[in-house]
Amino acid sequence: MTFATSSGRDSAWSAALFAAPAMLLFLVFLLLPLIVAAGATFSNHRLVSPQPTEFVGLDNFRRLLSLQVVVIDPIADGAPRYPGWRAVRAAQPRLQGYREAFRLHWGRKRVVLAATDPLFYRSLVNTFRFAAMVMPLQCATALGLALLVNQKVRGRGFFRTVYFAPVVTSMVIVSIVWSFLLNTDRGMVNELLRAITGDGNAGPDWLGDPGYALPAIAVMSAWQGAGFQMLIILAGLQSISPELYEAATLMGANAWQRFVHVTLPGLRNTLIFVLLSTTIMAFGLFTQVDVMTAGGPLDSTTTVIYHAVRAGFREQDVGYGSTVALVFFVLVLAVSLLQRKLSSRGESV
Amino acid sequence: MSRSGPPIRRRLRALGMGMLMNAVALLFALPLLFMFASSFKSDTAIFKDLSSWTALLPAPDWSLANYRAVFDKSELPTFMLNSAIVAALTVVGGILVNSMLAFALARLRWKGRQAVLTLVLAMLVVPFEVIAIPLLSVVARLPWTAYAHGALVVRHGWFNSLQVQIVPFLANAFCVFLFYQFFRDIPSELDEAAKMDGAGPWTIYWRIIMPNSGPVIATAAIVLFLGAWNQYLWPAMVIQGAALRPVQPGIQQFFGRSNSWGQIMAYASIITLPVLAVFLACQRRFVASVMGSGIKG
Repeated sequence: MTFATSSGRDSAWSAALFAAPAMLLFLVFLLLPLIVAAGATFSNHRLVSPQPTEFVGLDNFRRLLSLQVVVIDPIADGAPRYPGWRAVRAAQPRLQGYREAFRLHWGRKRVVLAATDPLFYRSLVNTFRFAAMVMPLQCATALGLALLVNQKVRGRGFFRTVYFAPVVTSMVIVSIVWSFLLNTDRGMVNELLRAITGDGNAGPDWLGDPGYALPAIAVMSAWQGAGFQMLIILAGLQSISPELYEAATLMGANAWQRFVHVTLPGLRNTLIFVLLSTTIMAFGLFTQVDVMTAGGPLDSTTTVIYHAVRAGFREQDVGYGSTVALVFFVLVLAVSLLQRKLSSRGESV
Repeated sequence: MSRSGPPIRRRLRALGMGMLMNAVALLFALPLLFMFASSFKSDTAIFKDLSSWTALLPAPDWSLANYRAVFDKSELPTFMLNSAIVAALTVVGGILVNSMLAFALARLRWKGRQAVLTLVLAMLVVPFEVIAIPLLSVVARLPWTAYAHGALVVRHGWFNSLQVQIVPFLANAFCVFLFYQFFRDIPSELDEAAKMDGAGPWTIYWRIIMPNSGPVIATAAIVLFLGAWNQYLWPAMVIQGAALRPVQPGIQQFFGRSNSWGQIMAYASIITLPVLAVFLACQRRFVASVMGSGIKG
């Protein structure tokens, strides 16, 4: 079966030769960057700089993560008015360098979460919001599509190709075409809404309204990516033994019961894989934002990766950009490990 | 799934299912149809058709004016050529190095095999976005040879080059994984017989394993081609100037500069067509292979 029995050493040499090119490339373009990133987080390394790189300890992490909670009392009774952030900061030395990230209300008090890099926390919240929207949407869409093309009807190969077509279209193109579809005055989506409601002014400013921009991008992303997971779920569906369905039918199960008690358990490992891959994709959100909204309106669509690229590339601050990226990576790992732990008991994916 | 019930009910069910599948297909095809149809229309015609089905169909007075304008106004041919070179070399080189590593993992027995396999699987979860920034710093220092004043000289820094768009993407953990799974299932009698005839591992890889791996080569080719052709973030960071720019950052720039919907759609259609063509050409194998991969590892 292998070369081990005849001459072990020859085999070790040839194995090394076969493995070397790819391993070398992985080393230089994947492991080395990870090591550089880990090192850069403790430095003020810049892409091009006349000054030598210095060790700055945990400064990058401090700048990224520092967060303080400030409770502000209203100035007057009646309709509450609050002092401005500058006045609050001037009164408390511990708030030097902090800016407002979020504002909440607690009874009559205003609670401000202040950070040295408020944009990072906003990006973090946006990234989680995006993941929370796109994961169920994309997985459910993919499952629905897979169930559709698993039907024994004529032309299902055609439908499979059509549902898959957005996956092969580049995200840049998809984002550009959807920007037109979502255009406030002339977009097809709003034209359709107006036609249905009969209200000539119906339809939100999808990409210009902080409340709609991120959900709109989430729907588009799910539309673009669902076809890929459809194929993987389809493979899972076809590996479920037909006898299980027949047995369930004999026991009097209706279509819904068969779906819940045969299909879903049979797809368990597949769905875990799909969920994991969607999560990793969702946390990497960048292109759509860069093309459609540039992080706006009012920072409602900046994401962690968008923030990292802004710092690391546009401002050439590799040390800080790497810190953002590394914190993001730890998050992705934690979330995927958590998902795996929650969803798999004993079985491996 | 149910094959019981009276024929009328069954036929109604099939009819409903067909209508549902067509409606969903329209939903998925609509943006692309809109893109292709609009690329042949003037802007006034696009806006006039927006609220009706004609937005998805070419107008009777269609023209190639938008395409002509795109070629006149932008450096699209240069961008296409750059992307084509990058994609072709990435596909060929990527198939070679990834299949070789997979061959060593699946068909040779050596110390550390399990460790390398685990490492490759671990690399699957590192998103490119995480290493993009530090990778900038790495490629800024890499050497490359150049030919200047009649002699070979070594220069440092890969910015503004073709190789910076190719070499970092050759080794691809997902492709190694695809090849590994496929090679593992090829019956070992094939190489046993060749070994009897004195064939070495290279002969077995080149003459026996690879010629029997059409489907997985097609899949890896699509994965590598899509990745290379659709590159956006990376070239936007490492390529300044138009000479070596690929198509995706090119259209992003055109999108920011032009306000003619028709021209942007023409541009988008031109750079989408090659991908759709490659996909349609290998889709049968691709679909079969993606469905067979993934979770059974």
